[in-house]
Amino acid sequence: MSETARRRRAIVGLTAPAYLWLLLTIFLPLAAMLCFSVLTVAPIGGREPALTLKHYAAFLEKDFYRDLTWRSVRLGLDVTFWCVVVGYPAAFALARHVRGCWREALFLLIVLPFWSNGLVRVFSWTIVLRDGGLLDRAVHWVVPGAGALDIIYSYPATVIGLVHSFVPYMILTCYLSLQAIDDSLIEAARSLGASAARTFLRVVLPLSLPGLVAGAVLIFVPVVGSFMEPRILGGTQGIMLGTVIEDQFTTVFNWPLGAALSFILLAIVLAVMLAALPVLRGRLAGAEGASS
Amino acid sequence: MSRLSQALLGAVLVFLYMPIVVMVVMAFNRSALYELPIEWDTVWFQALAGNERLLTASMNSILIALANTVIATVLGTMAALAFARFRFRGRNLMRLLLLPTITIPWLIIGTAMLVLFFWIGIGRGLHAILLGHVALSIPYVVIVVGARLAGFGPALEEAAASLGASPWQTFVRVSFPVIAPGVVAAALFAFAVSFDQFVISYFLSPPGVSTLPVEIYAAIRKGFTPEVNAISAIIILVSMGLMLAFARLYRFGGERGS
Repeated sequence: MSETARRRRAIVGLTAPAYLWLLLTIFLPLAAMLCFSVLTVAPIGGREPALTLKHYAAFLEKDFYRDLTWRSVRLGLDVTFWCVVVGYPAAFALARHVRGCWREALFLLIVLPFWSNGLVRVFSWTIVLRDGGLLDRAVHWVVPGAGALDIIYSYPATVIGLVHSFVPYMILTCYLSLQAIDDSLIEAARSLGASAARTFLRVVLPLSLPGLVAGAVLIFVPVVGSFMEPRILGGTQGIMLGTVIEDQFTTVFNWPLGAALSFILLAIVLAVMLAALPVLRGRLAGAEGASS
Repeated sequence: MSRLSQALLGAVLVFLYMPIVVMVVMAFNRSALYELPIEWDTVWFQALAGNERLLTASMNSILIALANTVIATVLGTMAALAFARFRFRGRNLMRLLLLPTITIPWLIIGTAMLVLFFWIGIGRGLHAILLGHVALSIPYVVIVVGARLAGFGPALEEAAASLGASPWQTFVRVSFPVIAPGVVAAALFAFAVSFDQFVISYFLSPPGVSTLPVEIYAAIRKGFTPEVNAISAIIILVSMGLMLAFARLYRFGGERGS
């Protein structure tokens, strides 16, 4: 056996099992769903489907679906915004003001909850936010006679639960880009007379932008597609694109409509990722250029 | 560290841990309505021990996670070895193809699997759930093991080969001992991915068969049951323990900091 043939066999033998698995469980299913989304009925149980674009047309024609999509996008934007507000300063403090083993310990503490069950963490917020729960009691202890808090099963409750679930992403990505900034760049800016605020805006923030954008994408994408969190914490205000897709597959059984809505969700996700790509790539390339 | 940084990081940690601590503490409260003051009791853990549905679901979760760990770690490590040791056409494309699994919302992947599996007769069930979990775990294994492989060049392997070792001997005696910590870390990761996975399992579980997260979701939607609190407390402690072990092996982030 020649050397190239042996090499080829090794490559195919090593990669084929994993990629055949991914083909069966990721790529073929996505293709199957695309097929389903243009059928009148699911081709299961002997029913005769016909080709149609009515599910996509319904999305464009009915205000209900447009509102729904906007609700999900707004949820994604709100959660991302609050993750930036909470996560960036925390990452900044961790990367710039904490040293040594303290930093390692804090870093671990921040990412640790992230690896515990998301469903369980959302459930834990129902205990904290419910009427007569911890938050309710705390508010009434500070302000006796305050009205009922009434926050559980609302939009804010959903946002709180999702920020709690995803803020470690933002801290992680911002921390990685902030701690990579060369201290001498900041010292140079300060010694040339720039104020602390100006140094931050003109040096630190642009250099940490890739981390910020990466974190925003990593948070926005799953939040737009979330259904379990709005379902548990959102009550009647928790109807989102994700929950309607869930219903199509688990209770209404209109799979073709569910498939079409899933593809619209996928289109939003891909658009966001493509929009973020130049920032990530351009900034990374820029950073490499500056350092060489 | 400055006062402001301390206060800020302290507040973030309180935000992150407060609901988890409250939940674990409430699991030991006798009152089903979370009434205060707390009457310490293990009544919900005892109730849990008698809850067949939750116990069966827990066993399913553990079995699937174990099978997933073995399959995903083997397949992922093989692919990582190919990417690290060979330059070939399509290599970059193949690595790019790992990303959809990580970046596309699980809701879309889960419903798409449901559609295909029904269509071609795989159907729903524990086997379908295992198929899905392995798919989610493979990319992480490739990345984690790949990072470890990138840390040592092919020089050691070439030395072994030139001294007459067969490719298999080289792998067992030279490569594997070096990448072993990465492989163990990847295996822990794969276990956690599967054990915590809810969305995929939810769409692929037929009535009557479920994993722990699916069972918990059903219980939460039906109205709360305090046993869920008890099992949730156990899950949180187990998965955090697993991740502490992972962090010790892999030291992600830590090394850069010091």
